[in-house]
Amino acid sequence: MKYIDEYRSPELVNCLLSLIKQTSTKEINLMEVCGGHTMAIHKFGIVDMLPKNIHLLSGPGCPVCVTDKKYIDQCIAYSRMQNTIITTYGDLIRVPGSSSSLEKEGAKGADIRMVYSTTDALEIAKANPQKKVIFLGIGFETTAPGSAVCIQQAFQENISNFYLFSAHKIMPPALKLLADGEIRIDGFICPGHVSTITGSKIYETLADENSISCVVCGFEPLDILQSIYMLVKQIEKNETRVEIQYTRAVQPEGNILAQKILMDVFEVRDDWWRGFGIIPSSGLKIRDKYKQIDAETEFDVDVEETILDIGCICGEILKGLKSPNECLLFGEACNPSNPAGACMVSNEGSCHAFYKYGKNI
Amino acid sequence: MIYSEDDRVLLGHGSGGILTSDLISQLFLHYFKNDILEELSDSAFLQMKSKKISFTTDSFVVDPLFFPGGDIGKLAVCGTINDLAVSGAKPMFLSCGFIIEEGFSLSQLEKIVRSMAEEAEKAQVKIVTGDTKVVAKGQCDKLFINTSGIGKLPAKYIGLSKAEYICKGDKIIINGSLGDHSISVLSARNSLKIQANLVSDCAILNELIYQVLDNSRGVKFMRDATRGGLATVLYELAENKKYGIAIDENSIPVKDTVRGVCELLGFDPLYLANEGKVVMIVAEESANEILKIMKRHPLGKESCIIGEVSETNPGLVWLNTQIGGKRMVDKLSGEQLPRIC
Ligand code: SF4
Repeated sequence: MKYIDEYRSPELVNCLLSLIKQTSTKEINLMEVCGGHTMAIHKFGIVDMLPKNIHLLSGPGCPVCVTDKKYIDQCIAYSRMQNTIITTYGDLIRVPGSSSSLEKEGAKGADIRMVYSTTDALEIAKANPQKKVIFLGIGFETTAPGSAVCIQQAFQENISNFYLFSAHKIMPPALKLLADGEIRIDGFICPGHVSTITGSKIYETLADENSISCVVCGFEPLDILQSIYMLVKQIEKNETRVEIQYTRAVQPEGNILAQKILMDVFEVRDDWWRGFGIIPSSGLKIRDKYKQIDAETEFDVDVEETILDIGCICGEILKGLKSPNECLLFGEACNPSNPAGACMVSNEGSCHAFYKYGKNI
Repeated sequence: MIYSEDDRVLLGHGSGGILTSDLISQLFLHYFKNDILEELSDSAFLQMKSKKISFTTDSFVVDPLFFPGGDIGKLAVCGTINDLAVSGAKPMFLSCGFIIEEGFSLSQLEKIVRSMAEEAEKAQVKIVTGDTKVVAKGQCDKLFINTSGIGKLPAKYIGLSKAEYICKGDKIIINGSLGDHSISVLSARNSLKIQANLVSDCAILNELIYQVLDNSRGVKFMRDATRGGLATVLYELAENKKYGIAIDENSIPVKDTVRGVCELLGFDPLYLANEGKVVMIVAEESANEILKIMKRHPLGKESCIIGEVSETNPGLVWLNTQIGGKRMVDKLSGEQLPRIC
């Protein structure tokens, strides 16, 4: 298949693998920040193809996984309001809140609809003028512009029954926290899709101040292996630079138009990340100018007290400190059919990937 | 056509009264006609010489009712016939139950009934008993169908569904590409706005299966790869057994259109439902001969060997990936695509 098979050529994969093996002498930790990378690495069986001195750690780049439980509880409270339709990307539906989930609320009668884009959510609002339609905005710089455009459109077209509940986050503060943290990271496999919007400049502090090599990486097997090779070369030469492997999509300065739209609609605020706690200036809040679309300001709901996860070590996994099989709940008490934590729900979550593909074969 | 565009199903059509008998005589008897059904007794009287019979049932809730390559009626007949055929049985009789939403178009119902009759005729199977219920608007989504089927099972094929004789070295064969049905149905759903140039593989497999069974030895197991797809068939087979199963990504046929949609929406073709695909586990020495027989049949032209049974990793199924890696193929958790059949 065109534009896919080119990036999955077994010959080129072998070629890159031998280059990596020839070049890499040090014991190194590389963190793939993005959940899409985690999934691809497991799906293609890349982990076992790499030399044993290269350790891959999964980072905090799965939007569902870092979405705080309190947010889920609030979504559940919204879903219980009269005349309300909740629209959301699929994965969020199954994430357990403190005592329920959107899936369970749906079974009890709440109107929860899975959509593939913000445009779909807006269409639902137009088709149901007598109902309040709330879109659950989660994700990083990748999905936030979609939400921003949707908010602008609802505002311009005066669609008065559409609301957005933002848990959008931005990546740099979390990466900085990880870079300053307890685990040694030699290189970041930087998120390709986030970088199409932000550009590669956002990683420069990590390279300059924290001496971590950074390569912005695409999502196909050859992208990932080439990025690992680029990182290995930098690390072996003690260089710490930001490079772009994913040149077919990413520019150093990013997508300026999308950045402008983002800044028009959102402002930065401190935000909760599951497993990390509050990270300063890491979340996106809808600006006052659009406040009639902001579900948080428009609806006052009673949200149940958030019960902290017992036993779930998602937080440590997201920080690269532990691996899913170190969690006592992994497998029996927590699996994709019956997830105890967010990392098991999302396709891009480390626990999910590990459960699905991770047994030694 | 018996009905016009405007004719609708009324609650009275399910009442057991005049409207019901009209529907039976005008529609069902007209299309399904056969000596047993025509008796119109409470139960059908069947005569079978065979000592062993296979019996199966399945319900169909596909959305939308009509999709490229088929409709719910064709699906309901093919699905049950295939379930019988893969157990080695020769399908003989079907029952069908309709649950219809008030207001449903009678002309659409007629189209569906007609395609059921066509498929049954192709398979030389009689639809011998049935039932119709009508529920008030909003209490079901347009139309659901249940079919049950009976087939005679030759003694020599009794072990087939038990998969007892599978051993190391056996080959895994499939009769064509994965996921055509799922993606066709998906593309027929307006909500997704996907245009895929694709038709469902929905088809009756009994003829293909019987050609293989009658003309070769060495088939150890068969299953139609419907809901849950190829992965689920293999996983259930390997689970708790003494062997593992390896499949090769490079030899598994998947059409580019299906791959494209999977890449876009994050589906895995291994788990997509098919409605005209049979997975066979066959003895190594018979594999090429069976492949030849299959390729002679129109539904088996694209048959190929996609993997083998192995003594390593007992209980597991794994995929040798396109790039030369390995990954596990696990049981499907949750629903990939609801209401696909
Ligand atoms: S296995 Fe489940 S409970 Fe354990 S860390 Fe992962 S998601 Fe949390």
